[in-house]
Amino acid sequence: MSFISELESIRDDELCQQLEQTSVQDVQRILAQSSLSMRDYLALLSPAGEACIEDMAQCAHRRTVQHFGRTMQLFTPMYMANYCENGCIYCGYSHYSDIHRLKLNASDIEAEAQNIRSTGLEHILLLTGESYQHSPVSYIEDAIRIVAPLFSSVSIEVYSLTVHEYEQLVKADLDGMTMFQETYNPILYEQLHPFGPKRDFQKRIDTPEFACQGGVRTVNIGALMGLDDWRLEAYKTGLHARYLMKQYSDVEIAVSTPRIRPCAVGYQPQHPLRDIELVQYILALRIAFPRIGITLSSRESPMMRNHLVKLGVTKMSAGVTTAVGGHTRGEDSNQFDISDNRSVAAMAAMIREQGYQPIFKDWQLL
Amino acid sequence: MGEMIGIDDKQSNTTMKETEYVIGGIDCSDDTFQVGNQCFSSRLLVGTGKFGSYQIMKETILASRTDIVTVALRRAGGSEHSENILDYIPKDIHLMPNTSGARTAEEAVRIARMARVLGCGNLIKIEVIRDQRYLLPDNMETIKATDILAKEGFSVFPYMSPDLMDAKRLVDAGAATVMPLAAPIGSNRGLETKGMIQMLIEEIDIPIIVDAGIGKPSEAAEAMEMGADAVLVNTAIASSDNPILMAQAFHHAVLAGRQAFLAKCGAVQHVAQASSPLTGFLRD
Amino acid sequence: MLIIINGEERTVSHSLLRDILVELDYPLSGVAVELNGTILPMDTYESTQISAADRLEIVCFVGGG
Repeated sequence: MSFISELESIRDDELCQQLEQTSVQDVQRILAQSSLSMRDYLALLSPAGEACIEDMAQCAHRRTVQHFGRTMQLFTPMYMANYCENGCIYCGYSHYSDIHRLKLNASDIEAEAQNIRSTGLEHILLLTGESYQHSPVSYIEDAIRIVAPLFSSVSIEVYSLTVHEYEQLVKADLDGMTMFQETYNPILYEQLHPFGPKRDFQKRIDTPEFACQGGVRTVNIGALMGLDDWRLEAYKTGLHARYLMKQYSDVEIAVSTPRIRPCAVGYQPQHPLRDIELVQYILALRIAFPRIGITLSSRESPMMRNHLVKLGVTKMSAGVTTAVGGHTRGEDSNQFDISDNRSVAAMAAMIREQGYQPIFKDWQLL
Repeated sequence: MGEMIGIDDKQSNTTMKETEYVIGGIDCSDDTFQVGNQCFSSRLLVGTGKFGSYQIMKETILASRTDIVTVALRRAGGSEHSENILDYIPKDIHLMPNTSGARTAEEAVRIARMARVLGCGNLIKIEVIRDQRYLLPDNMETIKATDILAKEGFSVFPYMSPDLMDAKRLVDAGAATVMPLAAPIGSNRGLETKGMIQMLIEEIDIPIIVDAGIGKPSEAAEAMEMGADAVLVNTAIASSDNPILMAQAFHHAVLAGRQAFLAKCGAVQHVAQASSPLTGFLRD
Repeated sequence: MLIIINGEERTVSHSLLRDILVELDYPLSGVAVELNGTILPMDTYESTQISAADRLEIVCFVGGG
């Protein structure tokens, strides 16, 4: 079983046709339903859905409060290495980029983690570039073992691992993983990834599934919004999430909605999303998948992030730097430009102001 | 009894099955009920128990326009029970033996194998019941029996208490459909487990047949509107004052519910409107 | 000889299964037979020999939901 066969069975032209044919009445009817089909989800992504954005927002807000309460979970990424063997043409870490390459050693990792821990955060996301040579699995495993005693939840965002490697990391106290498909369009995927291990489209698709099979508790997927038509990417991401939720009902599936940002290689997105479209995507996800986690990064502006607190997002990053060792040295040379550089304390204050509770620690395995 | 009603159906059973229903652009004529690679012409399955006579049962089956009827297997008693129920079931209707009486997976498997000797196809309804007060199925034994019989080539229709995890286990065990109960067998209490069945409809990819407890045609229609693939009815038909008329009523109800599901029901208006807009920032 | 049919002791004069079924008024079609726990294919009724103390289970379809 692989999601690839399901993905191959859908056709973009048919999806586009359905998107065009969706009426405002269709959207209103769907908003009154207690459960939605994938077809309904597609309808919410339609231009007619944008016309119903306020109704969608009210619906998404009610469902979020119903399932998650008035809470917002906070986490921060920690970049451990930026060596990369891939040529992703939209990424500031890509092999092309002439940024300064470095990697944290064990004591750097410990110091960086201590700094993050001192902000009160309990959830951490460890990142490396995709380099088996500079950041092998053993390096990632060691890092997890170093930071795990400090945090209640450790996630990773690294290259594709095997089921066995995920099992190995889970034994070292790994909880979660993030893997962005970037684009679900296989032709575009090939163009955007001219070389490197990441070039294998199907392997990329299957990796979240490998993580599920390896015992990872939280699996976060997403497309990099702006590479292809956002409605198609949003639909296929939902389909992927749905597939994983069905196959692995014991795994918590979450979706991120990253919009492409300016970066060191100066890539110009071919399909940029307007703010309202990003909001529509998040709302549609929440309405179609009431219990799904939705993660919002600091790629978004403070204004957007403030308003999205009530609209379905369940997890936000705070105190972010995308530089390797940035939590210790305080500088920010980067994978991409962040828009919201508020500290953990400032984010927590903003969330409380809206009547929500910032959550540093969601759960801990006993 | 009921001679005038349903007589047309008897004569034109075959043509009725081929009737085309074209509603608002959706052609329901190809909306056959598919299980694995088998197609059935009706989404109403009828049980053959509790009828006053085999003759009434036969007329009821015809009036219901069903394509699958269930039968049970019992010890044969010799000459006093020489009437063969199969003589009263039209040959073009599929027989689905059940394993009623089984209290364990082993017993269900044995009954299924004996039923197969009688040469009635590969459909089998697994029913394993230990609880004699409410007649609730034993999901765990049912899963075991499903696993064994699916491997032997049966098309397995397991009767079960609607539980999502168990339904998934049944799928993994090779079930052809899942048959959650609406309420205890013969209770006519309707869709008491509605919410649980809804989850199965959403999460399980093989057909969901709502079995047991449906007491009225309106409840059968409701199950179909929810998105159930079919319903199985016995007591509600057999115990009515006019089983033939009731069978027709269920036929129409199942069809109506199915059509409503395909057509999609209109929005229920919630009066409450939000106090403050949540998307004003997008217009600034 | 004495055999056990559906849990009850019965005395029969024949030894071929087919003849026993006829002797006890069972229809030849529409019944399934289990001999000492083994299910017999229908086309073997003519050739199956029954011995004393054998256990036969004879079943048929009846109405059921």
